[in-house]
Amino acid sequence: MNKLKSMKTAAKVNFATYLGVILAFVLVSVMRSQGLINSAMGGMLVPVCCYIVMAVSLNLTVGVLGELSLGHAGFMSVGAFSGIIAAMSLQNAVPFAPVRLGIAMLVGAACGAVTGVVVGVPVLRLRGDYLAIVTLAFGEIIKELINCLLVGVDSKGLHMAFNLTGTLTIDSLGLGEDGIAIIKGAQGSVGTTKLASFTAGFVLILVALFIIQNLVNSRSGRAIMALRDNQIAAESVGINITKYKLMAFVTSAALAGAAGALYGLNFSSLQAAKFNFNTSILVLVYVVLGGLGNMWGSIIAAVVLYVLPEALREFQDYRMLVYAIVLILVMLATNNPMIKGFFARLFRRDRKAEPKGGEAK
Amino acid sequence: MEFLSNLIIGVSLGSIYAIIALGYTMVYGIAKMLNFAHGDVIMVGGYIAYCGISYLGLPALVSILLAMLVCTVLGVVIEGLAYRPLREAGSLAVLITAIGVSYFLQNAAQLIWGAAPKNFSSVVNLTIPPLFGGALNVSGVAAVTVTVCIVVMAGLTWFTSQTKMGKAMRACSEDKAAAQLMGINVNRTISMTFAIGSALAAVAGVLLCSYTPTLTPTTGSMPGIKAFTAAVFGGIGSIPGAFLGGILLGVIETMAKAYISTNLANSIVFAVLIIVLLVRPAGLLGKYVPEKV
Amino acid sequence: MSAKREPTKLVPVPSTNRIPERDADKSPILECRHLGIDFGGLTAVDDFDMAIGRTEIAGLIGPNGAGKTTVFNLLTKVYQPTRGTILVDGRDTHGMNTIQCNKAGVARTFQNIRLFANLSVEDNVKIGLHNQIRYGMWQGIFRLPGYWKGEKIAHERALELLSIFDMQDLANHQAGSLPYGAQRRLEIVRALATNPSLLLLDEPAAGMNPSETAELMENIQKIRDTFQIAIMLIEHDMNLVMGICEGIAVLNYGKIIAKGTPEEIQADPKVIEAYLGKRKEEG
Repeated sequence: MNKLKSMKTAAKVNFATYLGVILAFVLVSVMRSQGLINSAMGGMLVPVCCYIVMAVSLNLTVGVLGELSLGHAGFMSVGAFSGIIAAMSLQNAVPFAPVRLGIAMLVGAACGAVTGVVVGVPVLRLRGDYLAIVTLAFGEIIKELINCLLVGVDSKGLHMAFNLTGTLTIDSLGLGEDGIAIIKGAQGSVGTTKLASFTAGFVLILVALFIIQNLVNSRSGRAIMALRDNQIAAESVGINITKYKLMAFVTSAALAGAAGALYGLNFSSLQAAKFNFNTSILVLVYVVLGGLGNMWGSIIAAVVLYVLPEALREFQDYRMLVYAIVLILVMLATNNPMIKGFFARLFRRDRKAEPKGGEAK
Repeated sequence: MEFLSNLIIGVSLGSIYAIIALGYTMVYGIAKMLNFAHGDVIMVGGYIAYCGISYLGLPALVSILLAMLVCTVLGVVIEGLAYRPLREAGSLAVLITAIGVSYFLQNAAQLIWGAAPKNFSSVVNLTIPPLFGGALNVSGVAAVTVTVCIVVMAGLTWFTSQTKMGKAMRACSEDKAAAQLMGINVNRTISMTFAIGSALAAVAGVLLCSYTPTLTPTTGSMPGIKAFTAAVFGGIGSIPGAFLGGILLGVIETMAKAYISTNLANSIVFAVLIIVLLVRPAGLLGKYVPEKV
Repeated sequence: MSAKREPTKLVPVPSTNRIPERDADKSPILECRHLGIDFGGLTAVDDFDMAIGRTEIAGLIGPNGAGKTTVFNLLTKVYQPTRGTILVDGRDTHGMNTIQCNKAGVARTFQNIRLFANLSVEDNVKIGLHNQIRYGMWQGIFRLPGYWKGEKIAHERALELLSIFDMQDLANHQAGSLPYGAQRRLEIVRALATNPSLLLLDEPAAGMNPSETAELMENIQKIRDTFQIAIMLIEHDMNLVMGICEGIAVLNYGKIIAKGTPEEIQADPKVIEAYLGKRKEEG
C-alpha cells in the first residue's frame, strides 16, 4: 500500500510539472492576446523557453548524473548555428515555416548529440573538478571554431570554409548570384529569417520534460543515478559506467542543441561569442538554485532569474550588482547550517501559530 | 631569432599566468574550491594601481603596494563573508557563490570606474639594450615579469616549506580535521591563504596591464580562466605545478599565435590541456589518488 | 534453522585445495592459484591459493591489515592482480573488469557501506537487477510495452528479494536514512539481485548487535540454501565465522597461514600465534 502511495507521489510531481507548464503557456498566451504583455516582455518569451530547456537538460548532467559541466553553452551554440544553416538552406525546399523550424531543431539536436559524443568520450573519463575544467575548455574551443566558420548557400548547395588564418572573408566562398551568406565568421549569423515562436518553445519544453522525466524514472535513469550516488558500487553490480554517463551527457547535449536552434532562429543576427563561458555559468546557476535533480525547480529558477534583471530595470546600473548580491545571499541562506536552522525554526514557529485544522489533515 | 623572441614573450606571458595560477592552486589546495572570483581580484588590483598612479600621483611601486594591500583585504573579506559560512556545504554551492562574488566585483568595478576602458600604460620603464647586435630585443617588461615570477615562486616555496604558517597550510590541505586536532587554527590559515593569493593577484593585475594596457571590468576574466587552466595543467594544489603550467601555457599560447592561427590560439591552449589531462588525469605534477574501496 | 549442522568434511580438489564433500562432484565455483598483488614495492597479497565449492560458505579471517579486503578487490577486479589466476566457474577472469566479473557471477558488499544513498531501498535493489531485467533507453523514454513489463517484473522481484530480510516494508524509504544494520542487509540484497553464483560479504556483521548478528547468521545460511550459491565472507566476529563457515582461510601479512574446517583452524598454533602473538618461552 505504502508503495502505491509513493509511486503516485513521483508521478504526481511529474504530472504537476507538465500541468504547470501548460497552464503557464495558456496564461501567457491569453495575456498576450489581450495585449497585457509589453513588447520587452514579449521579446523575452522565446529566450526564456530556450533557457528553461537549457536548465532542464543541464540538470540531467549535473543533478541526475552528478557531473559538473561548465560548457553547456557550447552545445547550445552548435545547435544554434547548425539549426540556422538548416533553416536557411531549406528556405526554398520547405516553404512552410513551422516545419522548417522543426527540421532546424532536429538538426540542432542531432549536431548537439554528435558534439556531445565527441566531447563526452574523452571528458567523462575524468572526475570532479577536472571534468568541469575540461568541459569549460571544450566550450571555449567550440566558440572559437564557430568564430572561424564561413557558410553560405546558393543554388549549387552549401558552401563552407574554415577561416584558420583569419584572411578569408565571406567572398572567398564564391557564392553564386543568388547566394546568401549564412554565417560570416566572427560576425556570426546575419540576415537569418526569424522562425522561432513561443508555441515552438512551449512544445520544446514539454518534449524535454517528457524525455528527461521518463528517462530518469526508468532502468537507464536508475543506472545513471547509481553512478552519481556511488560509482564503485554501481560498477560492482555490473553497470556500464561509460555507457550510462554518455547516455546522460549526450541526451543533455541534444536537448541543448535543440534549444540552441530555437534560440538562433529567434534573432536575425547572432554571434558565437554569445555562447561563452558566462552563458554556461548562467544556466548552471539556474540548475543549482532550482535544486539538483529537480526539474520544476530548474524551470522556475530559469524564469525568475531570466526575468529578474529585467524586473530590476529601475535600479538601472545597480541591477547586476543586486543580482550578484541576491545570488550570494540565496546560496548562503540555503547552504549555511546556521542560517538554514534559523529559517527552519522560523517556519516551525509559523506552523505552530497556525490553527489546528492545518495539522489535522 | 624570431623563435627565441617568441619564446621570451611566451615565458613572460606565462609568468603572469603562473603568478595568477599560484593564487588559484593555493586556494584550491587548502579550501578545495574553485575560486572563480580570483580573476576579478586581478582586475581590482589593476584598477587600484591605476588610481594610485593617475589620480593620487603616487610612484609606481607605492601604487603596486597599495593595490596589494587593498586586494589582500578584499580577499580576506570575501573569504570571511562569502566562503567561510559555506565551509561545510557542497562544492557546487561554493562554486555558485564564487560566481556571485565574481559578478559582484565586475559590476561594482563598472559602477566605480565605468565600463569604458582605462588606458593604463606600463609601469615598467626599464630598457634592455638589444642583444646579438640588435637581432634579439628583450623588453624590460618581460625581464621584470619573469624576475618577479621567479622571486614569488621561490618565496612561496620557502614559505610553505620553512615557516610555521606555511607548514600549517600544507597540513590543512592534507587533512583539515587532523590539522585542527594538532592545534592549527584552520580558519586563520585559510584566511592567510586567501590573503597571499589575493596579494599575488594584485601583482599579476599590474603586470597584465603592462601587456594589454586597457583596463575594463572584465579584464581579469579570461586571464583568470587561463591561469586556472594552467593550475589544472600543472596539477592543481601543487605550487611547482602552477609555475610549470603557467609558463607552458604562456609559451603554447604565444607559439600558437605566431605559427598556427591567431583565431585559434585559445583553442590550442585548451586542446593541449585536454590531452594532458587524458594522459595524466591529475595534471603534470599532481598526484592521482584513486578512491579507496 | 537453528539446529546444529553436521560438521562439513573438506575433500581435496586437483589444485591441492579442499572443498566440502557435497560439492566434490562439481568443479569449484572459485579457484585462485598463486594470486598476488604488489603496490609499488609492497606485496599486499602473495601466493593466495583457494578453492570454494558450489554451495560452500567460506570464511576469510585474519588480523587487521592482513589483506583480506584486497583479496575481495582482486576477485572483483577492482585491482588487477600482479600474479596468479582467478577462475570463476572454470573461466579465467584475466583481463576482465569489475563489470564483467559481476556478469560472470561475482557479487560483493563493501566494508564501508556503499549504497545509492539518495535513492529508495527498492531502487537500490532494482539497480542490482540492472542486468537481469533489461529493456532499452527508448523503451523507457517512450513508455513502450517493454518498459511496463520490465518495471512490473523488477518491482515484484525487488520485493521478493527484500522479503529475505523482511525489508519489503522499507521499500520506499531512502536508503541513506536506514539504520546501520538495515543498510548492511540492503547491500546483501542488492548484491543478490545481480544473480551471482559467488557472493562476497565484507564484514557483514560489523556494527550489528548480537541478536542482529544471530539473525544474520541464519539469513546467510538461508540465502545459501535458497539460492544454492557459494558465499565467502570476511568477518571479525568469530562466533559467526566458526558458526557458519565450512572452510576457513586465515590470512596474515598477505599470505595464507592456515586453511581448513573451523575445528582445524581453532586448533592451529600458527593461527593462535597470529592473533595473540608468540607465547614467550617459559622459564
